[in-house]
Amino acid sequence: MEIMTKAYGAVEIDEKQVIHFPSGLLGFETLREFALLDAEQKPFFWLQSLEVEQIAFVLINPLIFKPDYKPLVIEDELQDLGLENEEDEKILLFSIVTIPADQKLMTANLQGPVIINKDIRWGRQFISTSPEWKVRHNIMEELAAQRNNSC
Amino acid sequence: MLILSRKKDESIIIGDNIEISIVDIKGDHVKLGIKAPRNVKVYRQEVYAAIQEQNEEALKSVSEVTLPELDL
Repeated sequence: MEIMTKAYGAVEIDEKQVIHFPSGLLGFETLREFALLDAEQKPFFWLQSLEVEQIAFVLINPLIFKPDYKPLVIEDELQDLGLENEEDEKILLFSIVTIPADQKLMTANLQGPVIINKDIRWGRQFISTSPEWKVRHNIMEELAAQRNNSC
Repeated sequence: MLILSRKKDESIIIGDNIEISIVDIKGDHVKLGIKAPRNVKVYRQEVYAAIQEQNEEALKSVSEVTLPELDL
């Protein structure tokens, strides 16, 4: 199917890339249908609204810069999405990325992770119960810290 | 807004199945106990608001669609 995207205009996608968000995203509760696309720049993804072309979020897998990240969301809520727990193999885990003009300062939201059940292609934005995770984690700094740790 | 006075260990009932009790009071710090069915989501308001705001900011921040290079 062909969809309109903010980043790339008209794009052909597979229906498997369509993700249903039964309660939208926080602040965007009325938007329920999104497409998950690889961005041209790895390792980013686009979460493109299928209802409003100008609404698209940049996502990243937070484990890339925070390998020990566990969102610690409420398990009952995961079960609403057909997932057993945070170790479930059907999980796709993402953070929404904010990219200011100075791109070195880009941050990822680890307090409000986006979790998708890739089998049924349902997604939801969760709220972490851990005070450790904030709405802004500097991705470049986290990557640098991780590199220092592994040296 | 309905305003009710409660003492420690007293509670209020909302609807048929939500109970909020005052577990402890110390100075300006009040501890609440919340009993609610699992389909009722309970969050601290400021956390909820912070994530909403961050979503809006994230959306605005990517008006330019050239994403950064990450040196992995």
